[in-house]
Amino acid sequence: MSEDPSIPSSSSSQMSEDDDRSPPLDLIDGPIPSSKSRNCSGVSGSGVGTSVENTVPYPDQVLENVLENVLCFLTSRRDRSSASLVCKSWYRAEALTRSELFIGNCYAVSPRRATARFTRVRAVTIKGKPRFADFNLMPANWGAHLAPWVSSMAKAYPWLEKLCLKRMSVTDDDLALLAESFAGFKELVLVCCDGFGTSGLAVVVSKCRQLRVLDLTETEVMDDDVDWICCFPESQTFLESLMFDCVECHINFEALEKLVARSPSLKKLRLNRHVSIGQLYRLMVRAPQLTHLGTGSFNLSEGMAQGDQELDYVSAFAACKSLVCLSGFREILLDYIPAIYPVCSNLTSLNLSYANITAEQLKPVISQCHKLQSFWVLDSICDEGLKAVATTCKELRELRVFPVNAQEDAEGPVSEVGLEAISEGCRKLRSILYFCQRMTNAAVIAMSKNCSELVVFRLCIMGRRRPDHVTGEPMDEGFGAIVMNCKKLTRLAVSGLLTDRAFSYIGKYGKLVRTLSVAFAGDSDLGLKYVLEGCHKLQKLEIRDSPFGDTALCSGLHHYYNMRFLWMSSCSLTRQGCWAIARELPRLVVEVMKSNEGEEEGDNFDTLYMYRSLEGPRDDIPQFVEILRPGI
Amino acid sequence: MEGKAHENDLNLKATELTLGLPGRDEISDLPNQTKKRSPPADLKNEEGNPDAKNAQKGTAPPAKEQIVGWPPIRSYRKNSLQVNKNTEAETAAGIYVKVSMDGAPYLRKIDLRVYKCYPELLKALEVMFKFTIGQYSEREGYKGSEYAPTYEDKDGDWMLVGDVPWDMFMSSCKKLRIMKGSEARGLGCGV
Repeated sequence: MSEDPSIPSSSSSQMSEDDDRSPPLDLIDGPIPSSKSRNCSGVSGSGVGTSVENTVPYPDQVLENVLENVLCFLTSRRDRSSASLVCKSWYRAEALTRSELFIGNCYAVSPRRATARFTRVRAVTIKGKPRFADFNLMPANWGAHLAPWVSSMAKAYPWLEKLCLKRMSVTDDDLALLAESFAGFKELVLVCCDGFGTSGLAVVVSKCRQLRVLDLTETEVMDDDVDWICCFPESQTFLESLMFDCVECHINFEALEKLVARSPSLKKLRLNRHVSIGQLYRLMVRAPQLTHLGTGSFNLSEGMAQGDQELDYVSAFAACKSLVCLSGFREILLDYIPAIYPVCSNLTSLNLSYANITAEQLKPVISQCHKLQSFWVLDSICDEGLKAVATTCKELRELRVFPVNAQEDAEGPVSEVGLEAISEGCRKLRSILYFCQRMTNAAVIAMSKNCSELVVFRLCIMGRRRPDHVTGEPMDEGFGAIVMNCKKLTRLAVSGLLTDRAFSYIGKYGKLVRTLSVAFAGDSDLGLKYVLEGCHKLQKLEIRDSPFGDTALCSGLHHYYNMRFLWMSSCSLTRQGCWAIARELPRLVVEVMKSNEGEEEGDNFDTLYMYRSLEGPRDDIPQFVEILRPGI
Repeated sequence: MEGKAHENDLNLKATELTLGLPGRDEISDLPNQTKKRSPPADLKNEEGNPDAKNAQKGTAPPAKEQIVGWPPIRSYRKNSLQVNKNTEAETAAGIYVKVSMDGAPYLRKIDLRVYKCYPELLKALEVMFKFTIGQYSEREGYKGSEYAPTYEDKDGDWMLVGDVPWDMFMSSCKKLRIMKGSEARGLGCGV
């Protein structure tokens, strides 16, 4: 994930799937079957089900204490899971020492079960809807409600400090309960969430007196006409990070200015587009210690003409000597771009993806950004702009190029030329998301060879099933080269004209691929079969509009318990095929749904979404979802 | 937009080979937009095509209609760019005119579109150049100050600001000049 283009902080690296090295959710939960338990003290197993500890209490207790003290230092989820599988004693110790809980699928485990096992948790991360929900492929009210989690945690974790949510449905009531239940609450991070409004925010900021972090990223917030900025406590705050660039409501600027003035620890501030450049100036002079800044509109307030008040923006930026991450520019007024020159050479992260600027307008900025590691931009900069990036940004790790015109048949200002230039210049590239209208295998192959560090390769050729525009061939060889040459690749998104051959490459070489996105690709069941049989580390597979059917679906039976989920929409599946899976794999929840709420009953369905779960079918399905559950 | 789409149409859809079933090109107005401000009308996702909905297999998808969720850009981003575009469009269409003032070393530039009427414009000029404009009357022009705002119109004539209706002024004004002293008084007296 990591929508946050800053260098991964602890919260976003929690979210980032590509950093997620954890193994599949351990299905052996609850009491470990006694026949499988080994006792740490080495005494050969006597009592069935009874712990041998009773006969030799002292050494065990010491061991447990030592263990707990050591396990505190174990932070990686994968390592913790491994430790918990050693024996009952280790399982217990690990459970007691786990302070950060990561729930990759809110329906894979119940709040009750999670809180029963892990009793001393301080930080929780929960992910809800699958990613394709972002693109309107799933009707609203599908689920992923925070409510049951908040209720359980309110009782189980009174000392909860941190909550990170991604694609969850959060209500104002949930936020109110959160605010009331956790006296020491410090960090709230909401990514791609919805369901609440400014009234929910108001309760959180007023009651959570220890609040350090309030980060809203691409989250929908309803305008309840509540002045939530005013609800922060009047005294000095502990705020370190306040990000509300996605909040579409107007805010009380005077209150914000005072808030910033009484938040000496504030390092990260992302303003929404209703904050003008003049207001930005006033905030910047109060907070020159900022490391992360989202500039808001970067334009004058309405009705003001340029020249009405010429503030010294250049000095304001120059004073921010610690600034490393810059974003915003929601309604950029080009004349003011030079104001950011003083900080360019220090920037490690720059997000211009809301600024429709040309190559010429970009050059004076990017030519100074020698340290840049993360760059998000619009394709308005064209191939020429990308060449400029390639010339200067030798440290670039992450690039995202978004389209100004998100339509299939629009003119494409970036192409294989830009991609190839980047591959030549930015050899340390690890992650790329590139939208374009035309591409060639040659450019993709070049990137596979030049950028051997690639972990994430997401290429979106916007015209569906478009071939290599020079040779007319499918894009098989390009993507094949990526999986073959990029030995560290864990995330791949494919597009363009692709035959089953492309998938055979992915299955053969993509041994580390954990996340795969497929759209309008492949010829037959073979394509999916190659992937399911070859990609042993596959955890998340999302497919739309591709001709994969029941046979292909069955070829993954051996692997589905190792996956977080499988999404297939508008493919060639039948109900019978899905039932076959549901019967074979009782621990999978197999949801079929129609993409339109109002559709009449019938055999047809649009989407299969299935995921492993310890809980069985969820009890909050909306009308358009059906869970295929074989009779017991 | 549709016209342009057809211009670029290489007819790939008709000639493409696929063994798979045709994609179900559904376009639908989606219910989960309710909480947002409604996006501008020309976002293609809003167009409905009920016939396409009912066909799960077998029918060729209608050519060149936008597909739900494709390309995969979050609505938030699409909407933001739309807002951006509108603002840009307005800026691009702004009526920028140079303003000079007798005795001042630098010219300024303003966007006439920002102002809705003469008083707003005059007030802005006063603030910008730090002077006071006199009281305007049709008969006597600007009295009570040694400055008079004038503009050059399309025909190259210098006119007193305020004589013609605002809309006409907006469409004919090419540049502004704040005159000072005797020249100003000369313009002011009965035209």
